[in-house]
Amino acid sequence: MTPRGPGSRPLRRLRVLRVPALLSAQHAPLAATVGVLIALFAACAIAFPGFLSPGVARNLLVGNAVLGLVCVGMTFVIISGGIDLSVGAAIGFSCILVASLVQQGWHPLPAFGVALAIGTAGGAATGALIHRFALPPFLVTLAGMFCYRGCALMVSERSITIRHPFHRTLSEWASGPVPPAVVLFVVVALAGWLVARWTRFGRDVYALGGGEESARLMGVRVAAVRVRVYAISGLCAALAGVATTLTTGAGNATSGHLYELDAIAAVVIGGTPLAGGAGSILGTVAGVLIFGLIQEAMPHAGVTNSWWFRIAVGGLLLAFVLLQRAVESRGRR
Amino acid sequence: MDDAPPLLEARGLVKVYPGVRALDGADFSLREGEVHALMGENGAGKSTLIKALTGAVPPDSGEVRLMGRVVRPRTPVEGQTLGISTVYQEVNLAPNLSLAENLLLGRQPRRFGLIDRRAVHRRAEELMARLGVRADVGRPLGSLPIAVQQMAAIARALDLDARVFILDEPTSSLDADETARLFGVVRGLAARGIGVVFITHFIGQVYDLCARVTVMRNGRVVAVRDAAGLPRLELVALMLGVSIDEARAIEGTHARANSSADPTLRSRGLRRGRVGPIDLDLRRGAALGLAGLLGSGRTETARMIAGADRPEGGRVEIDGRGVRPGSPRRAIAAGIALCPEDRKSDAIVPGLSVRENIALAVQARRAWWRPIGRRGQRGIAERFVRSLRIATPSVEKPAGELSGGNQQKVVLARWLAAEPRVLLLDEPTRGIDVGAKAEIERLVGDLCARGVAMLFISSEVEEVVRVCERVLVLRDGRVAGELSGGGVTVESVMRLIAGEGGSA
Amino acid sequence: MRDAARASLRAFGRAAPAAAAVGLLLAFNAAFTPGFFDLTTVEGRLAGSTVDVLNRGAVVVLLALGMAIVIATGGVDLSVGAVMAIAGATAATLAARHGVNAWSAIAAAVAVGAAAGSFNGALVAGAGVQPIVATLVLMVAGRGAAQLLTGGQIVTFNDPVLNFLDAGFIAGAPMPVLIAAAALALSLLLTRGTALGLFIEAAGDNERAARLAGVRVRAVKAAAYVLCGAAAAVAGLLAASDIRAADANNAGLYLELDAILAAVLGGTALRGGRFSLFGAALGALFIQGLTTTLYLHDVSPNATLVVKAAAVLAVCLAASERVRAWIKHRSRP
Repeated sequence: MTPRGPGSRPLRRLRVLRVPALLSAQHAPLAATVGVLIALFAACAIAFPGFLSPGVARNLLVGNAVLGLVCVGMTFVIISGGIDLSVGAAIGFSCILVASLVQQGWHPLPAFGVALAIGTAGGAATGALIHRFALPPFLVTLAGMFCYRGCALMVSERSITIRHPFHRTLSEWASGPVPPAVVLFVVVALAGWLVARWTRFGRDVYALGGGEESARLMGVRVAAVRVRVYAISGLCAALAGVATTLTTGAGNATSGHLYELDAIAAVVIGGTPLAGGAGSILGTVAGVLIFGLIQEAMPHAGVTNSWWFRIAVGGLLLAFVLLQRAVESRGRR
Repeated sequence: MDDAPPLLEARGLVKVYPGVRALDGADFSLREGEVHALMGENGAGKSTLIKALTGAVPPDSGEVRLMGRVVRPRTPVEGQTLGISTVYQEVNLAPNLSLAENLLLGRQPRRFGLIDRRAVHRRAEELMARLGVRADVGRPLGSLPIAVQQMAAIARALDLDARVFILDEPTSSLDADETARLFGVVRGLAARGIGVVFITHFIGQVYDLCARVTVMRNGRVVAVRDAAGLPRLELVALMLGVSIDEARAIEGTHARANSSADPTLRSRGLRRGRVGPIDLDLRRGAALGLAGLLGSGRTETARMIAGADRPEGGRVEIDGRGVRPGSPRRAIAAGIALCPEDRKSDAIVPGLSVRENIALAVQARRAWWRPIGRRGQRGIAERFVRSLRIATPSVEKPAGELSGGNQQKVVLARWLAAEPRVLLLDEPTRGIDVGAKAEIERLVGDLCARGVAMLFISSEVEEVVRVCERVLVLRDGRVAGELSGGGVTVESVMRLIAGEGGSA
Repeated sequence: MRDAARASLRAFGRAAPAAAAVGLLLAFNAAFTPGFFDLTTVEGRLAGSTVDVLNRGAVVVLLALGMAIVIATGGVDLSVGAVMAIAGATAATLAARHGVNAWSAIAAAVAVGAAAGSFNGALVAGAGVQPIVATLVLMVAGRGAAQLLTGGQIVTFNDPVLNFLDAGFIAGAPMPVLIAAAALALSLLLTRGTALGLFIEAAGDNERAARLAGVRVRAVKAAAYVLCGAAAAVAGLLAASDIRAADANNAGLYLELDAILAAVLGGTALRGGRFSLFGAALGALFIQGLTTTLYLHDVSPNATLVVKAAAVLAVCLAASERVRAWIKHRSRP
């Protein structure tokens, strides 16, 4: 309402990212994520000869497609102000379920369908419970985690190799030029980006994360949004499970071990604050790529010990948490 | 001219909460194109009336008519659909979304099933332009000034075909320029035939903007008047529930203020936000009254002195020695205690027992490794339960389960047990029954006799006049005047509050 | 004096759900598990199912004590599992690789745990970061740090003092039980024997009121995390002593969730305020008792996970005010 000078009116709105928007405090975390990603990539490219090879890029994508799938769903949940601890176990469950069904003579496609349906329904049930009884999402999804992992192990404690010509064909693509898991990740990430940014439902998710009471007053159907958000997360986790069977050619009940943790870390590093209401799928993709880059860069740097990876991720997480905290307290003033 | 049915009309609204009749047969009417002020002090029933009108809290009985038709909104969303929109001081929109999205959430124009962002921005700019406001609609709402956020809320409601706007203290965090602009927008709304209910505690604004005034007290409407024919002093008297004739008769009982002694506590130039600079002296064995309407800066002053909020400037001294600001702990160590206005959020620890609540401040002043012990705590608690007549079956009862008056006494007991040199009482008698009120007033006298320096804040002018030998009157965050000794009368205090002769 | 009785009844009331759960479990075992209450002495050491429950439950009891205190301040500590790993690794590497005296190694491990707790406390109380996010940092990075200490290997040790922590016994009672009992006594002394418990409850129940009453809210919160870290370190020592080795990958894995469940089951409200250390210990013993009972009845440990999930949900639902309102509504048509 106060005039802001002649140049302040946004004239070109065709560009998706306007510079002033990028520099505003709200977008600082996303800008930081993209900055870290570019800096890290540039540093690796300069420091390690041969880093700029298609092989490395491929590894980056293949190695993180499963995590990326989970992260897309997790981003929706976190933007809405919730959290989903059940995704790692859900991967294990859908993974072993597909393998077990195929072993019993099912065609892989309907087996995939069953796994995806259960994942989605489980997520929806979680969301409904959280909403209906105002339960803490943290604990409800924790119950989901125990439940999925227990069920997965009850299906089979041992790894089941999938022997089906159709599945084998798909699996063989995994070592080819277009690995199905990567295709799945790219498609899901694009779809997630479209939904989050360009649909009414997506904007309702942000509104819910900004404040449940305000969202309700603005006519957002909070119950429906919350149920759908967790359903999306469940679907993504089930897709990640299916993708795991494709990359490994087998089903294993312990797949997805600790993925809930990695996914939360990657989403936060991707600029989505755990408080909800902000963040983006684009940022999450960047967060997953940072995750992958660190993993890829370590052997090049002569660090073969995996623990440095976890410490680096923890350090990054700390940096982003503090950054978000600083933005938050600046915004309040 | 009055023949047309009112735009919005409420008759005989009753809403009972456990122990309180928040609305006790309230009537209200709003004409088309009218800006109507709704006035009243804390607990008068304004907010419950609004909630009943908007559907946030459906009334127990009574009816609401919109354009002659009976309506029964059960949620604010239903109220909005009917055309009754509320704009709160703290805007109820999504601060994380852009201004444009806030205006059009759920109604975004789409192309091929996806949101057409350019159309959203264009439409949002049109909506803001209808209010004569130009703003960068792409920015997150939370990063814009409160004034723009309120405009956004108004624009959104206007786009939802609102017929009635309820503006709940919209100006309390606006500066003069922004207030003027908001008034411009409100007048524009009225010119379109929209009815506006305007709630404020700035008396001057009522006369600037509103045609009629409804005054509420204790859940009832006590007056509906044309603003033009209502003198300020009378408006204040109506809000505070004092009749002007009686007011002349009530005078302070303290013929002479003892101003010889050096003050125990002295504040100079204390300011924060809209409030200040505040200079005041609290003397040993005397109570200084702090009077003024809601929002005049009474609570803010007490909180700054007690270290609850950090002042932006000024200082507080005890016996000439400065107290480091912004820390309740330091203030307590210097002997300052505050019984806050909002005991539910700032004083009572609901899950802890009466015993623990009373012992808390004493214990907090001791080191954690020197516990008072259960027996010691019980000794302290039982002494005050007796002397303050706190009605509780046992000192072990969780404090949150006591009635409001007894909770207030528990908080008082907490501070009395800590034996402060300076006691700040912010609305200690609000929401408690007459008997308990008299007890607390008597207690203030006793404490003064024992040499405590007191600050006594109350919305009830009579009470302030009865209890205090000096009274400082605040208006719109500044000291409007100080009265002492024989000069302390209800009428003189009210004149200062109303700002008659001065600028409000 | 009747007041005192009522007060202790109230204090016990908080632990009532856990006590009832343990009681039910004992009743079930009395009826359906032959020999559950039998006690024998094997080489001067008490043995039997009940002793087994106490012995194996000791680790979660320790974690639950710290967790109850942290939850009472309105927080949560997700890093306790990782801190266990760090503490075990510290003691094991010091003792086995650097020839440090076992007592010093133990002291160092506890100090490291307390340091981890103060890191969490600084983030929560100092920087004002949401507890879930703040402790997530160590949950992610902690295992990496532990592996850094052990060089990624499982460090075995054979030190009489360290071994004694798990395998030793005094007057027939196994050491873990004694350590857990001592920790319970010590934490009771520390919180109820001083004013700390009162301050913790006041800070968690109404932070603003506590601050205005002169309680050092931030210091109290930080202290809670330090205590929790130290308790987790002792638990980590027990876990390491159990397998005579520090396993940075698996020590304390997912135990943070058991600890939260135990504390909540024990009557500590998730949103902060009143806490019960007795209840937390009982809650932990219930979880262990359930596991043991199912094991004795030849139920697969995987099904135990599902039962645990049901327990989490039941606890959530029992604590939810919406559920209570809903039941009231239902019973009065």
